[in-house]
Amino acid sequence: MIGLDKNMEKIRSSEITPEHVYLSRRRLLRFGMLGAASLGLTACGGQIGEMLTGTAKEADLASDMFSPDKRDELGDPANSFRVISNYNNYYEFTLDKEAVARLAANFKAEPWKVTVDGLVRNPRTYDLDDLRRKFDQEERIYRLRCVEGWSMVIPWLGFPLAKLLREVEPTSEARYVRFVSLYDPDQYPNQRGLTFYPWPYTEGLRIDEAMHDLTLLVTGLYGKPLPNSNGAPLRLAVPWKYGFKSIKAIVKIELVAEQPKTLWNTMAPHEYGFYSNVNPNRPHPRWSQATERRIGEPGRRPTLMFNGYAEQVASLYAGMDLMANY
Amino acid sequence: MDWLRIIVHVGALIPLGAILWDSYQYNLTANPIQELTIRTGKAALVLLVLSLACTPASSLLRFRPALRVRRALGLYGFLYAALHVGVFVVLDYGIDLGQIAQVIAEKYYIIAGLSAFLILIPLAITSTRGWMRRLGQRWKALHRLVYLAVPLAVLHFALAVKSLGSRPEPLLFGAAVAGLLVARLWAKRRGRGPHQAHPSAPRTRSSDSPVNRTASSTDMARTA
Repeated sequence: MIGLDKNMEKIRSSEITPEHVYLSRRRLLRFGMLGAASLGLTACGGQIGEMLTGTAKEADLASDMFSPDKRDELGDPANSFRVISNYNNYYEFTLDKEAVARLAANFKAEPWKVTVDGLVRNPRTYDLDDLRRKFDQEERIYRLRCVEGWSMVIPWLGFPLAKLLREVEPTSEARYVRFVSLYDPDQYPNQRGLTFYPWPYTEGLRIDEAMHDLTLLVTGLYGKPLPNSNGAPLRLAVPWKYGFKSIKAIVKIELVAEQPKTLWNTMAPHEYGFYSNVNPNRPHPRWSQATERRIGEPGRRPTLMFNGYAEQVASLYAGMDLMANY
Repeated sequence: MDWLRIIVHVGALIPLGAILWDSYQYNLTANPIQELTIRTGKAALVLLVLSLACTPASSLLRFRPALRVRRALGLYGFLYAALHVGVFVVLDYGIDLGQIAQVIAEKYYIIAGLSAFLILIPLAITSTRGWMRRLGQRWKALHRLVYLAVPLAVLHFALAVKSLGSRPEPLLFGAAVAGLLVARLWAKRRGRGPHQAHPSAPRTRSSDSPVNRTASSTDMARTA
């Protein structure tokens, strides 16, 4: 940048930098280089440095990203309660995953009622105590793979949805289950703000998917009641599907004959199909589905077919073209 | 004291300082790679858009000092773009060229962003006075490519966002870039019209365009 020109004779004397300016430039340069070097050194420490040197795993164990005493069946440690309850996609509150917990702090999760009706012999409305009393709560350590390309390991507390469905006795016409989240613009700022979303949030499963033993109705996390940011007081966990299928704050479960509309499929049908099974072979326009970032780990790891639950669920889709039925 | 220059240098380094500070405080969220990607990308876009604003600010708003910081803004924008790409290649994909190639082949938003960055590389390299002199009139033609690179970067941002309706930032950047391009073209037309756009513009140097010539020489006199 300093005018060191090969053709010295062409430089007019007026273009030659006066000595005091030249010196101050050298000082500036030296200062700038010192600054750059110290920035570089700074980057070697802290979160960035750990990612660069690959030491994040151990360091983050210390900094509360994982709870290594709980592990999934593949041996990976569960993410910590703090991480799980502070990094959430909950668009009714905000699009900022780190701001959900704060905005959800005053959410009124009790009293709560959930209606189970539609094509059933015994339509019923449950409150939370009914659900906790009637159905044994068990801990299930599941991977959650978000369609955005990140994942967590989460120790849910809940009970198989199948148990609830058996109690209401679906009729033979019931082929799908439709789930509806709470609609309450007083509590959910984005149900007032983002009015072009077809609120309330809705999701759906085929009835055999809903009856599968892995499909969990969740009431808690780490043995405690479900935090508001995770969809208190009642949500779904369908671990072989992308996270958005695991609907939060459920107020209605309806047995239906036709494939129900779901919010993300309505918003962007080419991106989010009805099934939305975790599938590393079907690319998404924005996020890698072949790989994922495990929250708390540096870099990426390969995404497993059906999020690693292929052995249990692949038979549900036997003979189906999973690229067409994404 | 050249306060404008000081403001630009300090202001442009604030996002980097904040990133390093948050890195030390373990405050880069639970998904630090995504956070770094978003922060470096936005800083790059803001600085590049500001660098585009310098010429209209000078010619239309008569705020001539803007030209003195145009190059610095552009280079800082490039710095953040390079960090953005570095995060993608090194931190996110661990320099796994196979995976990176797959992602490039698969995603339009990566193609748009990568194209923008590849265009910016020669512009950054030729931003010195030496290159300006060597390239002469071709320098201006080359550096007009910034009007291709920045819209590509905005497109990259727009395609990377989940739902533009709920995240309108890329649209704001797009509107700003479109507005600046229109302003630029308008100023140029006015400049060529029968009435001189800049009656007071100093035309002491040479036949080179007054705008660029003033920019380069004053710029150089104060940088090192």
